[in-house]
Amino acid sequence: MPIEELIKTAVILGVVVGALAPVITWIERKQSAMMQDRIGANRADIAGITVLGLLHPLADVVKLFTKEDFIPQGANRVMHTIAPLIAALPAIIAYGVIPFGGVYMFGDYELSLAVADPDWGILYIFAIASIATYGTVLGGWSSNNNWSLLGAMRASAQMISYEVTMGLSIVGILMVFQTLSLVTIGVEQDTTMRVFGFVDRLFGVPLPAFLDWVRIPAWGIFYQPLAFVMFLACMMAENKRPPFDMPEGESEIIAGFFLEYSGMRFGLFYMSEFIQVVVIAGLMTALFLGGWTIPYLSTETIIGGVGSVFGTGFATGLCILLHFGSFMIKVLVMIWLQMALRWTLPRFRYDQVMDLCWKMILPLSIVNILVTGAVMLAARS
Amino acid sequence: MTVFSFLFYLFAAMAVVSALAMVLNVRNTVAAALSLVVTMISLAAIYVLMEAHLVGAIQIMVYAGAIVVLFLFVVMLLNLRQDAFAPGRQWLVKSGAALVGLLIGAQLVRLLATPLPVAPPLPEGFGGYRAVGIALYTDYVLLVEMASLLLLAAIVGALILAKRKIE
Repeated sequence: MPIEELIKTAVILGVVVGALAPVITWIERKQSAMMQDRIGANRADIAGITVLGLLHPLADVVKLFTKEDFIPQGANRVMHTIAPLIAALPAIIAYGVIPFGGVYMFGDYELSLAVADPDWGILYIFAIASIATYGTVLGGWSSNNNWSLLGAMRASAQMISYEVTMGLSIVGILMVFQTLSLVTIGVEQDTTMRVFGFVDRLFGVPLPAFLDWVRIPAWGIFYQPLAFVMFLACMMAENKRPPFDMPEGESEIIAGFFLEYSGMRFGLFYMSEFIQVVVIAGLMTALFLGGWTIPYLSTETIIGGVGSVFGTGFATGLCILLHFGSFMIKVLVMIWLQMALRWTLPRFRYDQVMDLCWKMILPLSIVNILVTGAVMLAARS
Repeated sequence: MTVFSFLFYLFAAMAVVSALAMVLNVRNTVAAALSLVVTMISLAAIYVLMEAHLVGAIQIMVYAGAIVVLFLFVVMLLNLRQDAFAPGRQWLVKSGAALVGLLIGAQLVRLLATPLPVAPPLPEGFGGYRAVGIALYTDYVLLVEMASLLLLAAIVGALILAKRKIE
């Protein structure tokens, strides 16, 4: 139904691009201020009211829109104009397949809280992510500036390298859940698993019955802890924020690929990084942190328990709200983690970034695939 | 006109126009490479319309997302000038292109003259990652392994070339 899709798209765009992305620029300032024992963003005010510095994103936007939109001499005007759009669009449309809630039944009407749920959802995200390289590369090339060109070169090498490992590091998760659809992966995580289940599944040793009650949520992070770390590293490297900010570098190539950008065109590059932070958080949540699910409280339990008292319709509505809240909390935790990493780790050298990709994550993810396959084979027989 | 055929003709037209733009833009190499990207994305959209989701996604990931980026990389590093293209063999290339175009045009006219047969319905899951994966790793496993050996040889060769000391 097109109306339903439009509403869902509007919710995603409103919450993520309209509300969350500006607010996380504020979170980044405040969090870095706390970590560095500063007071932080607190000056922007309307008639003396500062609201904890929350007006800074507003001040940013006003400043960026009123600045001169500068195109350097000798630049390729067309490319210079469209490059920020190519950089920002993939980050926004990647949300299309990230589910912010499960599938709910209102009588015969099925409501799925993802804009689209293709059978090949993760492939869609990887395909979209690989397009984002062009924005960076073209921005650097079209500026007719050697520092920008160097930044673009570094960006393309870094992003192509990490695309390879990004795909490989996630294969273990796909093997465990046996699907590429993000909604199905979320549904699969809406349960619990026995902590000691591997003992009787793998070694055939019967367990005392009380150990069956020791359970953890069946989340991806518990099946594939190594993949969680590797995938997060790859996604952060794709996003080019510190500590992976090779395409920029104040002491070597100044601002790198967006050196010659000003005003809102610079703002688009800047915002696309923050939008991508939210994409990463949403994707990590969907794949590793159980998506919208609530630990130890499956959808059937909520609808069955509340529905027996207040009716199924009310219970389903409540369930949607709880699930959306659960999803947003997890997303905020993942955003916090990325910010904390960004302000904790020192910047890598270029060769360290490449070594991490090709000599650490690539072999480790192949080993991870082999071990996952061996364990699954042993558990099945 | 259904949504399906509208989308098909839209992306088909995009693919043809951008492919032409690539060939005609050969002196402006970056614009040519970008036209190639648009061709790749339009082709991927057509694959997706034809239920070949996996091929569509891989088309974007591998061709648009990696190979053409490497083209761009090289083009930008070389920074080609207009005079890099010698006028010597131009007539050969142009007459060859005209010949191929004529052949394809004749074929198109022949095809359009006869009514197209109705395609049989696709089996469940056709073109999805499951069907393609099972076919690749059971019926065609020898070919997959041969292709991977070929790629391995290419990687080793590239490494040896890169390691060679420059006199």
